[in-house]
Amino acid sequence: MFLERQRNNGNNGNNGNNGNNGNNGTKTLILLPVFAFLLPLAGSFLLPAARPFDETPYRTLVGFGVLYAAGGCVLSFFSERVRAAVLFRSCFLAAAGIALFVWDILSTRTGVFPLPFFPGPVQIAEVAWFDRAELWRSTLYSLRLFSYGFVSGTILGVGTGILIGWYGEWRYWLSPVMRLCGIIPAVAWIPFGMAVFPSSFITGVFIIAICSWFPVALATANGFASIRRSHFEAARILGASDGFALRHVAIPAAVPSIFTGISAATGLSFCTLVVSEMVGAEAGLGWYINWAKGWSVYSKVYAAIIVMAVLFSAILALIGFVRGRLLVWHEGR
Amino acid sequence: MDRGKTETASPADALPVVVEVKNVTREFRDGRGNGVAALDNVSLSVRQGEFVSLIGPSGCGKTSLLRLIAGLDAPQAGEILADGEPVTGTSYERGYVFQQANLFPWETVEENIAFGLKARGVYTEHRADVAEYLVMAGLKGFERAYPHQISGGMAQRAALVRSLINRPRVLLLDEPMGALDSFTRMDLQEKLLELWQSFGTTMILVTHDIDEAVYLSGRVVIMTPRPGRISEIIGIGSPFPRNRGSAVFVELRNRVLKKFHLAGAEPPAEYAI
Ligand SMILES: Nc1ncnc2c1ncn2[C@@H]1O[C@H](COP(=O)(O)OP(=O)(O)OP(=O)(O)O)[C@@H](O)[C@H]1O
Ligand SMILES: [Mg+2]
Repeated sequence: MFLERQRNNGNNGNNGNNGNNGNNGTKTLILLPVFAFLLPLAGSFLLPAARPFDETPYRTLVGFGVLYAAGGCVLSFFSERVRAAVLFRSCFLAAAGIALFVWDILSTRTGVFPLPFFPGPVQIAEVAWFDRAELWRSTLYSLRLFSYGFVSGTILGVGTGILIGWYGEWRYWLSPVMRLCGIIPAVAWIPFGMAVFPSSFITGVFIIAICSWFPVALATANGFASIRRSHFEAARILGASDGFALRHVAIPAAVPSIFTGISAATGLSFCTLVVSEMVGAEAGLGWYINWAKGWSVYSKVYAAIIVMAVLFSAILALIGFVRGRLLVWHEGR
Repeated sequence: MDRGKTETASPADALPVVVEVKNVTREFRDGRGNGVAALDNVSLSVRQGEFVSLIGPSGCGKTSLLRLIAGLDAPQAGEILADGEPVTGTSYERGYVFQQANLFPWETVEENIAFGLKARGVYTEHRADVAEYLVMAGLKGFERAYPHQISGGMAQRAALVRSLINRPRVLLLDEPMGALDSFTRMDLQEKLLELWQSFGTTMILVTHDIDEAVYLSGRVVIMTPRPGRISEIIGIGSPFPRNRGSAVFVELRNRVLKKFHLAGAEPPAEYAI
């Protein structure tokens, strides 16, 4: 909105800074991220380093940033939609490029930030590239652990929620158990899991399943409880049996609630995943962080944290995509 | 099927009774735990193909009566027969249209209309009906729309054909036009008449609107509140199509209005001058 307005100002020639041609203002805005990413690249080539590192991985990464920004510029010539998206993002991307540059100056170039706790981006990129095999393995391991635990926990959660929400007898027996067990932080089960299960992987799956099970079960049951009675009456009058009403009324009506539970469960699962990997696992990003900390290689800790940020964002984006697909009907409410 | 197109709509005594309400009493507990008789010893019988309107002030038990006939609720005393059989629960043979369209928001208009067929497991045989009923409701082109994307009038038309696709013996309508503006309402009244005439479905309509009752029905049942009772039943003999401006219509409407007053009820605000 803000950017839109800014663009219109430019078009009206009101924006003194951009000169009298509005198109110039738009062009500058679109090109801004490209320049902002050229800045750290230039810094890497032109400024001397206070601490010597292999700068190639960093330069490659920043180079990709430049290409990404430039790609956006090129594509925005062809599509109005892409242009709007690029314009919307451009200020943020530019700020990111500048921040990277400042960080680089303060660490690798001048050494203002103390080592080993505050490494520069050059060092992190170098270490990440150098240790890429181990990082990749850890990422896959974490992803696998997360998928197994989260998917089984969610399925169990939806199942429990349906039993509690739909069948009175199940509600009577299961609901108190769920509420009691569910509020225990899942990581409290780690010692139990390690004693009972043959491997730390299965323990991890178990812990993550528990921690995602509770919010999903609770939200599903609540979703069932808040369905309008008139929907069930309408279904019954139209000839629906109980089973049909469950499948075609109760479950679809509860899907928004189920996703509320899933959102809560994702955050909890990320946390539990890392904690469970930090205690007793042999691989995974949490283990990697712990291991790097043991050797006091903080650049590796940061590298793993950055990988986590990317991985978890990707998972959230995937869930958001599925949710959007399933809940078209829920739009505009 | 009998099509009472232009003959008088007063009950032809030869036709079988479809709905029979016999001395029905239904009490509710109010907030303080005292019993309130929503219906007190109410009796009514409706013959096949009839169009009956229930009219009365708010709280006189119209919805309660309709829900009992539908089988959504059970009386404390008395009996309700549908086609001679006691009503023990809901049946697709007794359709119900709610005051709010009450479409399933997670289904498209088309899926909503097809719901009854699928619920009864006859969708494969009657698949073609869905398109036909969509057209009947004037919703061609909105098959894929979700309920939040259509207007209130369209939603109410969809709800109407959603009930009719099951070919119910009786259609119970609880103020289906209450939430609509007067133009949309007249439009829907025409639609309702058209469907009634082509299907011959027995209709029991709850309404607040005296004009609507006189315009549509063969008999107008006037109810009074606290306790809910039937105070009067007025037969409307005029042939269809009726003219809202004609002297006969105005005369009938005034008659109903007068009974309404005699019944001790405040007329709806729109009639108070
Ligand atoms: N579920 C219920 N619990 C308690 N009281 C109820 C319930 N349903 C209806 N009543 C009471 O029964 C009486 C009749 O209600 P009903 O809904 O049948 O009236 P109505 O004629 O449909 O009114 P309106 O025109 O406002 O819809 C009212 O006094 C109402 O308070
Ligand atoms: Mg009512």
